[in-house]
Amino acid sequence: MKRTGLLSFLIIFIGVVYIARLFYLQVLDNSFNTSTLNNSAVKVMYDYPERGYIFDRNGVLLVANQLSYDVMVIPREVKPMDTIAFCALLKITKEEFIEKIENASRYSTRIPSTFLQQVSKDDYASLQEILYKFKGFYIQKRSLREYPKKSAANVLGYISEVNEAMINNNPKYHLGELIGTAGVEKSYEEVLRGTKGVKFIQRDRFNKEIGSFKNGLYDTLPISGNDITLTIDAVLQQYGEALMTNKRGGIVAIEPSTGEILAMVSMPTYDPNLMVGRDRSKNFTKLYLDNINKPLLDRGLQAQYPPGSPFKVISALVALQENVITTASSIQCFGGYKYGSGKSSFMRCHCETSGSPVNLNVAIYRSCNSYFATAYRKVIDKFPTPTEGVNVWGKHAESFGLGNYLDNDLSVGQKGNIPNGNLYSKIYPNGRWRSTATISNAIGQGEVLTTPIQLANMTAAIANEGFYYIPHIAKKIKGKPLDKKFTTPIYTTIDKKHFKPVIDGLFDVFENPRGTARGSRVEGLEISGKTGTSENPHGQDHSIFIAFAPTHNPKIAIAVFVENGYWGSRWAGPIATLMIEKYLTGKIGRPLVEERMMEGSIQEEYDKQLK
Amino acid sequence: MRSRKDNIFHGIDWILVLFYFIFIFLGWINIYAATISENDFDLLNFSTEYGKQLIWIGFCIPIILLILMFEAKFYEKYAPIIYFIFLVLLAGLFVLGKNINGSTSWYAIGSFSLQPSEFTKAATALAIAKLVSDKMFNLKKLGTQVQALLLLFFPAILIILQPDPGSALVYAAFIFVLYREGLPFYYITVGFIALFLFVITLILGYEVTLISSLVLFICILLYFIFYRPRAFRKGWIKIIGIYLMSAMFIFSVDLVFNHVFKQHHRDRFNIILGKTVDMKGVGYNTDQSVTTIASGGFFGKGFLQGERTQGNFVPEQKTDYIFTTVGEEWGFVGSALVIILFVAFLLRIIDRAEQQKAKFSRIYGYSIVAIFFMHFVINIGMVIGLVPTIGIPLPFFSYGGSALWGFTVLLFIFIRLDANKIYEW
Repeated sequence: MKRTGLLSFLIIFIGVVYIARLFYLQVLDNSFNTSTLNNSAVKVMYDYPERGYIFDRNGVLLVANQLSYDVMVIPREVKPMDTIAFCALLKITKEEFIEKIENASRYSTRIPSTFLQQVSKDDYASLQEILYKFKGFYIQKRSLREYPKKSAANVLGYISEVNEAMINNNPKYHLGELIGTAGVEKSYEEVLRGTKGVKFIQRDRFNKEIGSFKNGLYDTLPISGNDITLTIDAVLQQYGEALMTNKRGGIVAIEPSTGEILAMVSMPTYDPNLMVGRDRSKNFTKLYLDNINKPLLDRGLQAQYPPGSPFKVISALVALQENVITTASSIQCFGGYKYGSGKSSFMRCHCETSGSPVNLNVAIYRSCNSYFATAYRKVIDKFPTPTEGVNVWGKHAESFGLGNYLDNDLSVGQKGNIPNGNLYSKIYPNGRWRSTATISNAIGQGEVLTTPIQLANMTAAIANEGFYYIPHIAKKIKGKPLDKKFTTPIYTTIDKKHFKPVIDGLFDVFENPRGTARGSRVEGLEISGKTGTSENPHGQDHSIFIAFAPTHNPKIAIAVFVENGYWGSRWAGPIATLMIEKYLTGKIGRPLVEERMMEGSIQEEYDKQLK
Repeated sequence: MRSRKDNIFHGIDWILVLFYFIFIFLGWINIYAATISENDFDLLNFSTEYGKQLIWIGFCIPIILLILMFEAKFYEKYAPIIYFIFLVLLAGLFVLGKNINGSTSWYAIGSFSLQPSEFTKAATALAIAKLVSDKMFNLKKLGTQVQALLLLFFPAILIILQPDPGSALVYAAFIFVLYREGLPFYYITVGFIALFLFVITLILGYEVTLISSLVLFICILLYFIFYRPRAFRKGWIKIIGIYLMSAMFIFSVDLVFNHVFKQHHRDRFNIILGKTVDMKGVGYNTDQSVTTIASGGFFGKGFLQGERTQGNFVPEQKTDYIFTTVGEEWGFVGSALVIILFVAFLLRIIDRAEQQKAKFSRIYGYSIVAIFFMHFVINIGMVIGLVPTIGIPLPFFSYGGSALWGFTVLLFIFIRLDANKIYEW
């Protein structure tokens, strides 16, 4: 009977194998059947929502959308038609018509090309009714970004087409879609983009559409993006950009009581409207490749400079906190500070106090290097090893938001640098280093690096006498409360009582007849601030200024960096005080200073660096 | 007794008839789903494909009655003549045939075409049954083996030359019939080993296969030398001979595959073996078919709800790929049910065949099981991506008059023979 069994056995065997295979395909391997909509028989058409608008803190429109109606043509679908009527409809001549058709055909006969760009709304209405007669033509509605203020490009950012990598990482996006790639457009992409509407269309294997899929059961309507109100003050922002004309650098202004960023200027910048429309790619390439001016670099967020003298405030606060000095402690300065036996171990000082006692107040308003070097050494040497000392000192500095990302809602940023003990162990591998090796940190040189926004935030923390809110750019988002982290104060490690004497010193920078920013005083405003001149390897010293005002109950804290601006009170000081004046009073009482700042150029200095 | 014998329905196996009508019904339902378009809802619109299929199904009734009217003896007696007529018809194609899709397999009669190769299967089955049922016929002898193989070779070669190699492949199924009737087992063994070596060689390439088979061979040789020295002394020529034949076969597989096969044949193998993944070109059919089946899920999308079927995504869906409609619209439940039905159907015919008193009826029964089985294995295997693309229809399901009538004839001749067994005392 063996012979009779073989075929029966094979039949059953094949039956089992095939059922197993079907079970694998249809039940186990779910990659195919997660959704009935997810297959090539159904064409998915998207209806794009309008992107949200962006306003400044006072409701001034910064970013809007402009609707554009383009007449598109697919050359090979064009059938013989009444050309004269068509031309009349579009208000073009017959010659133009022929030329446009030829241009489109040359590009591709199958792929739609733009036949006529930006038809007016009125024309669109009449066109739409009659266009069905002209086969191969259709109207495409698209929404373009528009920047009525032509400023704050670095803040607002821009949108661009998604690239392959983004599509792979995020299935929500499809080829040709737009996505925010910089600035607020990027960091609030989720809020602004809205939800696209979907239409499912049944089609056959030739991609021919044969009706709506299941009578539109799964179709959805687009939901427009939400509007965003920024913390930016458009007037202040534009004023800052005007003041920085022909200079490189950044301005960041923060409202200390909330952490809201009032202005964030980066220079050189560009007109954001360049990133829209037909010439977008040409413009972008030009901006992108400009590695001399680097217009796409947000200097307010990404440029790291040695902070220079403003950092002395931190040195003073740390020394007070660590109880190594009191407000009454004083030193004598004879044009510098000698911290070693060698000739080079000498830090020069320009405080010009010529031996008279220098206490904390004098040290701040005269910016005495010797004083802060002494205070710094006392802090470091308080601890058994310099590593510990530097670490404690660094912890205090970091509590002001320095040396790390601020965890804010901006799309870019830099960490800056606050050195710790490990860093020096690496620089001096034999471990033989002492406080004096790091003495430049005391005056914001050495290994210390900060970005303008970090410095502005530090200023806000000083103005608040010991706490800050994470600087942020969004003020109101429709339908979504502001993230809690932006409304929770972050406390520094310095006790509140130590801020008073330091702020007095900062106030005297303007008010004392010998204060370093005496010349930038604004009549009627109580401003506290600190000049800074930071040495850097690229060329002339940077001009730096931090300030807040009014001294009591401050409304604005600001940090200004002007690259290669010689010294603090030459450019940064006047610019900072003009900004404060503009913001607090709305007018300028020093037209000459304003004019000098707006007209002034450091281009020569930059050109020198190219040689 | 005479009056009973006049009743042509007397003694027929109603279970097989039931299977037949279930298949026809399911087949037509799926052809309807695969070919309907949104515009026509008229069931009896004979210009549509499902309408035409309904006509072919209608014609099956007189065909069945005609077959049942003849006595069983008739088929046995005239088997050689029927066989000869169909050989002539096949040969006539080279003169009068009509070319459809690259094969000259059709006679055009008015507005419709007939494919004689669909009926030649039944004719060949009859001829084989007639030949092998002869009492003097002994399949252990080489001469008779050649006789039987020649009988299969004639229709097969004529069909290959049309060219329609897929349909010719079905004749390989007769090896199971011959084996049942006494063909030595090593034919089957050799067949399976050849199939195995063929697939292995395609997957690994002939160098690797040759080397690994050599290693295996040496191991076997050493085993025999040390543990079965007597067997080795007796059969060393056989062992070495088998190996040399296998090696030559492996080598020739490579040669045939790369030099005799056409590119599209190579592509079809490479797709199944996963060597080519061109889902837009040569792999399109298989990819679409597998995707369509898989998209059905467990319960399927429901009758006329399969958007891949409605979107005509699978080429030749109504004919060779009709099973994809079952897979998509009826899901795992439906397609597994169809497979179970086929298995049950085939086992039922084997069961009936084994009960035949007449050797002729038994051999014929076995022949049709083998033919149905071959169609079932190749067609569904191809659709679910286990077998290379070979375009042969799924019995009773695929669209087409010739195929439907051919399978009907095939089955009902057996039902007629089976019904007759009660008179053969």
